[in-house]
Amino acid sequence: MPAIEILGLEKTYMVGFWRKRPKRALKPLHLTVETGEIFGFLGPNGAGKTTTLKMLMGLVFPTSGTARILGQEWTEPSVKAQIGFLPEQPYFYDYLTAHELLNYYGQLSGVPAIDRKHRIEEVLQQVGLTDVKGVQLRKFSKGMLQRAGIAQAILHDPRLVFFDEPMSGLDPLGRREVRDLMEQLKQRGKTVFFSTHILSDAEALCDRVAIIHKGELRGVGTIEELTSTVQGKVEIIWQGTVVPASMKALGVECHVSGETVRGVLSERQQDAAIDALRRERMRLVSITPLRTSLESYFVEKLQHSETTAGTLV
Amino acid sequence: MNSRILHIASNTFREAVRDRVLYNLIAFAVLISGAAILVGEISIEIERLVVVNLGLTAVSLFGVVIAIFIGIGLVSKEIEKRTLYTVLSRPVRRWEFIVGKFLGLAGTLVVNTLFMAIGVFAALFYVAHKLSAPDALIVVALYFIILEFLIICSLSLLFSSFSTPLLSAVFAFSLFVIGSFADDLRGFARVTHGITKWFATGAAYLLPNFSALNVISAVAHQKHIGVQLILQNTLYALVYAAMALSGAVLIFERRNLK
Repeated sequence: MPAIEILGLEKTYMVGFWRKRPKRALKPLHLTVETGEIFGFLGPNGAGKTTTLKMLMGLVFPTSGTARILGQEWTEPSVKAQIGFLPEQPYFYDYLTAHELLNYYGQLSGVPAIDRKHRIEEVLQQVGLTDVKGVQLRKFSKGMLQRAGIAQAILHDPRLVFFDEPMSGLDPLGRREVRDLMEQLKQRGKTVFFSTHILSDAEALCDRVAIIHKGELRGVGTIEELTSTVQGKVEIIWQGTVVPASMKALGVECHVSGETVRGVLSERQQDAAIDALRRERMRLVSITPLRTSLESYFVEKLQHSETTAGTLV
Repeated sequence: MNSRILHIASNTFREAVRDRVLYNLIAFAVLISGAAILVGEISIEIERLVVVNLGLTAVSLFGVVIAIFIGIGLVSKEIEKRTLYTVLSRPVRRWEFIVGKFLGLAGTLVVNTLFMAIGVFAALFYVAHKLSAPDALIVVALYFIILEFLIICSLSLLFSSFSTPLLSAVFAFSLFVIGSFADDLRGFARVTHGITKWFATGAAYLLPNFSALNVISAVAHQKHIGVQLILQNTLYALVYAAMALSGAVLIFERRNLK
């Protein structure tokens, strides 16, 4: 059973003084997230990521379309007991201490009193806020608020967690801890859906990603799927300090670096290049398909969408 | 009662207390003590009348100011600060949030009124050197003031569900002022004719009737308050507050939290 099935969710706001002018925030979105995966929802600012998340949380009503979460209609209150949500740049009741905040959210999520105390201590430990649990949130830094936000999202041990820009405001160590936390959640069988525009986080964490731009889905798949098909080129590395003439004849772009030579050529020329190295009795070190980075793919999709009106999915 | 509503109400109460709303009690204590001492010095035979009038009017005004200024922010502030997102993404229905907020503010005002009532009785004791049986009527006036607060809370919440805090404050305060002259509006409706009569009668029934809830002067003059008026006012305030709250829920249920 998929954890999330988005079936044509669409949002158009009416703007202007008389609310007559339509502004489309999200074109009909179809997306499936499997149980137990870490799914990255990528896009630049204003792409429609937060609108999608808000619709799934019931904060914004879709113009059309529907969704199913954990096999149930997404509007069912019983579904909400099984999901956690960290909004973008979270702000909490600043007159509460971290412990009181978690206790309040635990009460609203229906965590029994007998489990709540233990569970609060556990998540405070997980996010590194144990030492400041008695401090009012108005004295928290941005990074500490982000940690409190993560704590409240996982407090009730949800099966599915939505994080909107979870690394925002965190220092490198904090980002590492959040990555580890997401991996722990995945290991415990939870599904993590997170939106970000930090591609290195998505590349390091995600089983699959979706790219959204200007309210439209531009691509979806594993990182490998999205990045392997771009160039159809391979990277070949061999030991040596010179480029044989036979390799030059193949038109291989070569770069000598110390005791090794790195060459880039098309997949079609791969066998011919290996034969040439054999003939020259040069030792082959590696040959790997040349992948583009997720960033290059992302930028290409965004640039492509600027110049074409068609769907790129 | 639904436990989620109670948790929201309790958190709203805690917010009001920690945001130092009850500091107004200090202002009230200073005002009422000063007034009692002053009245003791300059009034002859009418100390009780002055203290009861002044005390209850102050209780009412202090409470109305708190009801409006907290009430108008109950929903809009949560949307603006986005604290609502982490509440409504839990198994909390929107109507539960509204009702919880209302009960939290109403609870704050009841506690506030109880403390101010102690101040009024203390001032009365200071000037009269005793409390007599007719002073029990002050409790009835305080009860009516609390009913007045319930209506103002619900109206503030209604405006807060669709408007900005500033406009909500203007609407709520205007209704409080107009509602305080509801008897005059009804009197005008009785003597006028034609479309003006229809308009005045409609407005008189639609706007909150705070005149009926104001028995401060009667109590100060030790006039009897009938049980029928108590029942009528109770029913009126509860129905009016319920209708305003229903309106707030209807609007809030459809609102996109952008």
